[in-house]
Parts: sequence; structure tokens; C-alpha cells
Amino acid sequence: MCFTHNFWSLTVQGLSDGFLYALIALGYTLVYGVLQLINFAHSEVFMSGGFAGYFVLRAIIGTTTPHGVSSVEFVVVGILAGAAAGGAVAFVLERVAYRPLRRRGAPRLAFLISAIGASFFLYNLAGKEFGRESVSIPAPFNLSATVFHVFGAEVQSYEVVIAISAVIMLVLLDRLVASTRLGRGIRAVAQDADTAALMGVNIDRTISQTFVIGGLLGGAAGFLFGLSSGVVYTMGFTPGLKAFTAAVLGGIGNVRGAVLGGLLLGVTENLGVACVQSSWRDVIAFGILVVVLLVRPTGILGERLGRSA
Amino acid sequence: MSTSAPDKTPGAPSPSSARAAAWRSVVELARARGARRFAAWVFGALVLALMTGPSGTNGAPTSGFTGSLFHPRVLVFLAIGVGLWALDAVRFQYGASIRTLSERATAAPGRMLQSRRVRFAVYAAALAVAIAYPPTLSGFWQEVLVDQIGVFVLLAVGLNVVVGYAGLLDLGYIAFYAIGAYSGAYWTGALPVHPPFHLNPFLAIPFAIAAAMLAGVILGAPTLRLRGDYLAIVTLGFGEIIQIVATNLQGVTGGAQGVTGIPHFSVHIGGVHYAWTLSNLPYYYLLLGFVVVVLFAFRALENSRVGRAFAAVREDEVAAEAVGINVLKYKVMAFAIGASTSGFAGLLEVSKIGFVSSQDFTVQLSILVLVLVIFGGMGSLPGAVAGAAFLQWVPQILREHPLFGYQEQDLYIYLGALLVVMMIFRPEGILPSRRRKREIVLAERGIGTADAMSGSSDPAVRG
Repeated sequence: MCFTHNFWSLTVQGLSDGFLYALIALGYTLVYGVLQLINFAHSEVFMSGGFAGYFVLRAIIGTTTPHGVSSVEFVVVGILAGAAAGGAVAFVLERVAYRPLRRRGAPRLAFLISAIGASFFLYNLAGKEFGRESVSIPAPFNLSATVFHVFGAEVQSYEVVIAISAVIMLVLLDRLVASTRLGRGIRAVAQDADTAALMGVNIDRTISQTFVIGGLLGGAAGFLFGLSSGVVYTMGFTPGLKAFTAAVLGGIGNVRGAVLGGLLLGVTENLGVACVQSSWRDVIAFGILVVVLLVRPTGILGERLGRSA
Repeated sequence: MSTSAPDKTPGAPSPSSARAAAWRSVVELARARGARRFAAWVFGALVLALMTGPSGTNGAPTSGFTGSLFHPRVLVFLAIGVGLWALDAVRFQYGASIRTLSERATAAPGRMLQSRRVRFAVYAAALAVAIAYPPTLSGFWQEVLVDQIGVFVLLAVGLNVVVGYAGLLDLGYIAFYAIGAYSGAYWTGALPVHPPFHLNPFLAIPFAIAAAMLAGVILGAPTLRLRGDYLAIVTLGFGEIIQIVATNLQGVTGGAQGVTGIPHFSVHIGGVHYAWTLSNLPYYYLLLGFVVVVLFAFRALENSRVGRAFAAVREDEVAAEAVGINVLKYKVMAFAIGASTSGFAGLLEVSKIGFVSSQDFTVQLSILVLVLVIFGGMGSLPGAVAGAAFLQWVPQILREHPLFGYQEQDLYIYLGALLVVMMIFRPEGILPSRRRKREIVLAERGIGTADAMSGSSDPAVRG
């Protein structure tokens, strides 16, 4: 088979991509949980994280090449900057493009149209303000240094950084949803918003917080993605579509499903690219989306709205 | 507003309680609807200032912000924002009486438009203008009329069937335009792969329509079983994929460089020989003829059994199913009708310009057509035509205009913002269809759904 040749190194790359997809997919799945709507503008939340990370690191790193502890600090600062921007954009997005419609009880079609409008507005505005060329984030560490080997496959420092930071964020999110007051609120709204409201959950605030949590993760993923792939105003579209595929693959509305779907999609995509030319990469993910929707639209772990922990 | 009025407590209050009352009234004011709306309008004004301001560059990414927000011009936008807020506040205070006044003012023309004869006269006059006016225009505007307006009116009218009649969201509409364009290029023998026999573009029309329709059914049939938002994302993906496929299959489609030599339309029947050329006016009339035919067909469709089934499905899917309407069949039908219209438009456009390249079929174009339909009014044929014509015309003037700093690449900032603004303030569009408007109003009161996305009675969506 075409992918057996480099199986482990493709898998390592796939897992690294997969962690990013998982972080973005969580934004889709959380919002889907509370609103039953696809947030088309989530890909722009991701993009804003990339730009924030770029600006902050460009300002503090400059032309030096950091190493050691300062590398770790720069990565943490970049992730925080990306997350802050993502959270802020997601917050404003919910206020402007969703809440007025929700107040009015608008039809679902209106939400989707408003979200896609916000998406086009945001990324084109970013292109206008920040320039339309791709820029690269100053490297806080040597991205392609080999850290260790797995079954003969090199594992690069970039992949290690992604895995560690993603796992930390995913565990934090899992704890947040499972065992905090806010998490209970999110799960309650996902299960039955009307009843949750009767029980004293502030629905507006919970939905807003859900957007922000998804935005924090998406923005952080935007920075991590931008580290190796560069930052450009159109960067959100394809990862956004793939992350959505990942969310559907794992079972939309299901937090652990999003992680599983992301990792699976990343690996499948990288193994698949070994069999066809890399220009077909995006077609593989789309094919997976269509097949999942045909065969098992509820995803691998099923849609467990409200029991999303 | 009224909540911001301080409490009138009788007697002389002590200084401390007066301060407390003043503080309370400040808090009240901040909480009041008026203050919040004021903040919203100011925010909107700043966004508008940013949108219309100078662009930043990769080297100086903040120059766009400083040039548009820390510049005297921002005052103009703030003034506009405050003015709109004042209007909004007046509307809020006296909304009921203004609505009555405007209803009274529009009642007479509205009643007149309801009369068949008046409507017919309006349409006839519009058609007469559409026939007689273009020859007086300059070459530039004639080209705009064909390439920007005519083709997009056709596209908008087709998407209107999907979004307006059936209440589905198709974000990859241009994919079908591409399929129509490529099948047109194939059957006229312009692609690297050759057909069994070469056809005149006129004869290629059924093939292009059939190919686009088939693609619509193949994509739609599985996806339309699912919730409506899955259709939106699948079509969004499909719109992107079709471009990748067309680029990658260079041996079949000519890829990104494209192929030339797609023949123009021509007629050879009996003794009549006429061939269209690159010249715009003949194509304009050809297109006008097609658009009028399509408009008549869709008007008939709207009032037919099928059209009523579309309305039933989008108003209440469960009830439609219960009275024996095959919901999936009608959704697929609407989707396929839209797709075939798009394919038809694709054939017309490539035959006119004689060139097809995968670079022409961007996801952005799909969104452009969506904006045209939403702006005009989903479900309204006059809305789709007028909306498309107007929105395709405005950027052309702005580009020529010395006063506005409008750049073509900024178009989608405006279109994206327009979608959000329309959804917030006027979801039924500028020239709404009466039925669609009523549906949206009813849906907002919790009756029916106004779209074909099953499950919209979800309590969370209603908030």
C-alpha cells in the first residue's frame, strides 16, 4: 500500500494536524451544543488568533533567535495572545451576528446567513487591514529539530509543542465542562434551554461564554497553525471546513468526539495524501465529510448533546 | 429612555441620598435601552469608518487603523452613527405612530400593485426600458450589463428557488455554474478531451443544464435528508472542491491556465444565419430573452402545485409530511432546479467570453449571488432581479467615482456586512415577497419555520 512506506512519520504528522483540528472542532461542537447551529465564522476566530500571535511575537521576539526557557515563554505568550484574540472575536461575533437574531427568534436560515456574512466580513477586513500576503510568525524555537524517534519516525519539536499544548487545553476544557458551574450551565442549555432557564441558568450569558471558550481554543489553534504555515487572511477557510468535518466525524455536540474526530481526520488525511498527489489533500477531507454524512451522520461517538463531557 | 428619568421623591433630600439617587440614575441610564443602543450605533459607525478607510499593508499593519480611526474623518462617521441612533430612538419612542403613517402612505401604492393590471404595466414598462435603454449606453456599461448584471440576474433568480422558495442554504452555488461552463466547453469541443460530436452552444444548453442538474441531485439527495445546516457546509465544501478538482485535472479541464476557443452562439436554421460575437449588445438581448423566459417559468413554478409544496415544506415540514408531501423529493427538486439554472448561466458566460479557467469559480462568487438574493428579498422574483441588478451596478459606479476610496478587493467586506445587517434589520429583503415576509414574521412569533431546516423549533435557537 502507498501509505505503509512512511506509515509512522505520516501518523506523527497526522496526529499533530489532528490536535489542531480537534482544538478548532471544539469551537464548532460547543456552539452546536448550545445553539444547534454551525458557526460559520469560527474559521475567522481561528484566523484572528493567528494574527494576534504574529503581532505579539513579532513585537517581543524581533530578530533574535530564542532558546531554552525563553522559547517556552514565547510559545505560552503566543498561545495566550491567540486565545485572547479568538475569545474577543468570538464574543463580539455572538453579540453582533447572533444575539439580535436570537432575541427576535429568527428562523435558522437567518443565523446561518448572518454567520457566513460575518465570516466574509471578518476575513476580508483582516486582509484589508493587515495586508493580503502571507506572513510568517518569528520562530520561538527551532521548529524542525528532531526531538525523538517513534518506530523510526522523526518527531519534530513543533509536533511535540502542539501535542503538549493541545493536551493541556483539552484536559482543561474537559474539566471545565465536566465539573464547574459554568460547564454545568453549558450542558444544561445544551440539553434543554427552556428548562435550564427555569432552573435559573442565564441562557444569554451561557451562550456568550460558550462562544468565548470555543474562541479561546480556536484562537490558540490559529497561533499554533500559523507557527509553521504562516498567517494570511484566508487561512481560516480550509482548516475550518476540516475541523467541522472532524466535529461531525466524532459526533457533533460531543466534546470527546471532536477530539477523536480531529485526530482521526488528521491521520487519515496524511495517510491518504501518500496515495494521491498533495494537491488532492483537501478533497480527501471533504470526501470523508460526505461519507460520514451518508453512512453515519451522528458520528462515531454519536451526538450526545448536553452530556458532552 | 423613560427608565432613565430620575425618581421624583417628594421633600428636600439630604445631600448623601441625592448623590445616591444621582448615581442610581446614572446606572439606570447606562442600563437603559437607549444607552446600549447608542453604544451599538457608535460601534457600527467605527466599523464603517474602518471598512471605508485606507488599507494597511503587511509592512505597516496598523496604518489602516490609524488612518481610519485616528483621523478627522472618523468624526463624520461618528456623526452618522449618532444621527442614526437618534432616528432609531425616535422610531422606538414613536414607532407605533410612524408605522401607521408609513403604512398609510404605502397602502395606496401597495393596493395598486396588488391589481394584476398595474403589476403587468410595471413589468411591461421595466421590460421596455430593458430593451430600449442599453443601446444608448457606452461600451463599458454594455459590458457591465452583460457580464456583471445579466449573468448574475440569471444566477440570482436560480438561487432564489433554492433559498427563497425552498428555504435551503446553498453556499456552493457557483460549483454548478462551473459544471455548466465546463460541459458547455466540452460539448462545443474546446476542452482537451473531445466529445463524440461537436455542438453549437444552443444545442449544448440541454447538456449543460442536465449535467448541472445531475450534480445537484447527486450532491443534494444524500445531504438533504439531514439537517439543513449540513447542506450549507457540504455545499460550501463542494464549492471549494470543484475548483481544486478543476485545477488538478489539467488534462481534462485545462486547469488554472484555462482553455480558449469556446465558440459563440450562432443560428443556422434554413436561410437564417446569425452568429454572436464578442460584441456585448447582441449578447445582452440574447440574455434578456433567456432571463424573461426563466422568469416566466419560475413565476409559473411558484404558483404551481410544486411551488405550493415548496411553501408548505418551508412553513412547516412536519405538517407538510403529514399531508402527504414528499419533503425530500421537493427539496431535491428545488436544489436541482437552482443548480441547473446556475449551469445554464455558466454556459452562457463561457460562450460569450470564449474562455474558461478554474480560477473563475471561487467560493466568493457563491456568496456574492447569495447576497444578491438576500438583498432583493428571498422568494421574490422582482426582488432577485432588482437586487442583483442594483448590487452589481453600485460597485461599478463607486469604482469610477473619485470621492469614494472603494477598491474592488474590498467588495466582500461590504457584502459580508450587508448580509449581517440585512439579517438583523430586514431579513425579508428590500422587495419582499408578501408570503415570505409573513412567514418570517410568524416564525419570529413561534409559528412555523420560514425555512426548510428541520428542528428549528429548538428552544435554544429561540433564546
